[in-house]
Amino acid sequence: MKARAIHLVVNGEQASGEVMPRMLLSDFIRDDLALTGTHVGCEQGACGACTVLLNGRAVRSCLTFAVQADGASITTIEGIAGPDGELHPVQQALRDRHGLQCGFCTPGVVVTACALLRDDPQPTTQAIREGLSGNLCRCTGYQSIIEAIEQAAAVGASTSADGTVA
Amino acid sequence: MKPSPFDYHAPTQLSEAIGLLSELGDEAKLLSGGQSLVPLMNMRLARPEHVVDLNRVTGLSDLSVDQDRVRVGAMVRHRQLERSAELVAANPLVAAAASLIAHFQIRERGTIGGSLAHADPSAELPLVACLLDADIEAQGPSGVRRLTGSEFFTSVFTTQLDESEVLTGVAFRHLDPAEGWAFEEVARRHGDFAIVATAATTLFGEDGRYAAAGLAIAGVGAVPQRLDAISLVGELPSDRLWRSVAAEASSRISPQGDIHATAEDRHDLARTLIIRSLSRATQRAKGGDPR
Ligand SMILES: Cc1cc2nc3c(=O)[nH]c(=O)nc-3n(C[C@H](O)[C@H](O)[C@H](O)COP(=O)(O)OP(=O)(O)OC[C@H]3O[C@@H](n4cnc5c(N)ncnc54)[C@H](O)[C@@H]3O)c2cc1C
Ligand code: FES
Ligand code: FES
Repeated sequence: MKARAIHLVVNGEQASGEVMPRMLLSDFIRDDLALTGTHVGCEQGACGACTVLLNGRAVRSCLTFAVQADGASITTIEGIAGPDGELHPVQQALRDRHGLQCGFCTPGVVVTACALLRDDPQPTTQAIREGLSGNLCRCTGYQSIIEAIEQAAAVGASTSADGTVA
Repeated sequence: MKPSPFDYHAPTQLSEAIGLLSELGDEAKLLSGGQSLVPLMNMRLARPEHVVDLNRVTGLSDLSVDQDRVRVGAMVRHRQLERSAELVAANPLVAAAASLIAHFQIRERGTIGGSLAHADPSAELPLVACLLDADIEAQGPSGVRRLTGSEFFTSVFTTQLDESEVLTGVAFRHLDPAEGWAFEEVARRHGDFAIVATAATTLFGEDGRYAAAGLAIAGVGAVPQRLDAISLVGELPSDRLWRSVAAEASSRISPQGDIHATAEDRHDLARTLIIRSLSRATQRAKGGDPR
């Protein structure tokens, strides 16, 4: 059970680490890379707080081992806003529509919405509801999140296939 | 919780993966999408000493449609099935079943090989593999074995696979362009495992009577079950016919109650879903509900 070296790209920058095989990608991101925006709620795939983009695909970082991400490109919530901190349209819309309260679910919601709008830039309300079904929010009642994603779609928010934000 | 420690292996060749499995025996677990295995490891319900990751093995991720079959590599993700236009054209039932699994972030990782090998009694893809009697391919130290979807599942979370075998792919028949199909399930919330699920196919003759039909059900026993002997063939479609088929089917299943639903609820759901899926498959065969 020896540690392994991994090299990956996180939010556009090279990152590396020495990880034990059992280390979850979520823990590597939070504890080793100190990117604590990725939240961990359940560690069983149910809550969606830990969602990140792995090679552009929205996945549960709590159900992936860090060793598996060797050579991969990852986008976390810290990589979504513009370089000067200007909010991504999804973030701006959540702010405008009061799509968050405590904010625990928000990183997962934002990353999920970016992937959703990339795959389906003009989703129906039903498609937004289905796309969000894997993200639990205990505060908002979801309605304001759905409205925010509708607003983001209306202003044409989407991400390119490699997960970089357009 | 966190998984207990293990050694990690990331072979790039199938032969290497099989070699590792035969060498390490029951200390080893294959890792595909990890969407069932990793939650079990996080809860320490599974504590493999060795994890053999299939994600870097070449040749397991192809989805191809040829003359009469759809071939799906074991590492094809549920999301690929759901979004493949080629698959939707050749066999919309498989694509529809995949789209009902969990949430899309889980479907981005979860694989058909993992889903069939895991053999959850209420999972969608095992039900379709059973109904369509899919051709399942496994490879082990002594070579390739072909297994059939109607016999593959032997008990809860148990299949005909040996410990040292890798499920490498599965082939489904095409649905006839005139064939109707349906996949219906009831779950507590969108994305949850189904409590009961049913799948059906129907084909009509020129006389307007059923020429062929298939029906299978999951969530009412240890494994998905084909209700073959229940015959629609030769009959004219009607609500009354579907009701009598549902009543007969319901007398042949003996679901157990558990935390999710009582045995009686499962019986009721089975009847309702059978009627719903026969009606939907009939509607689709009659062109009332295009693919
Ligand atoms: C929140 C949540 C909700 C879910 N809801 C559903 C649902 O509604 N319906 C549903 O069907 N599933 C559901 N799942 C499970 C999901 O479908 C998994 O993708 C699937 O059950 C297993 O596929 P996997 O590729 O992730 O396999 P893994 O988790 O990697 O492996 C599962 C098991 O199969 C073995 N295995 C994997 N690949 C192979 C292979 N090629 N050959 C031999 N053995 C192999 C592994 O050793 C392990 O024992 C859900 C999961 C989560 C986390
Ligand atoms: S922490 Fe990963 S889904 Fe809840
Ligand atoms: S804002 Fe509190 S959990 Fe969603």
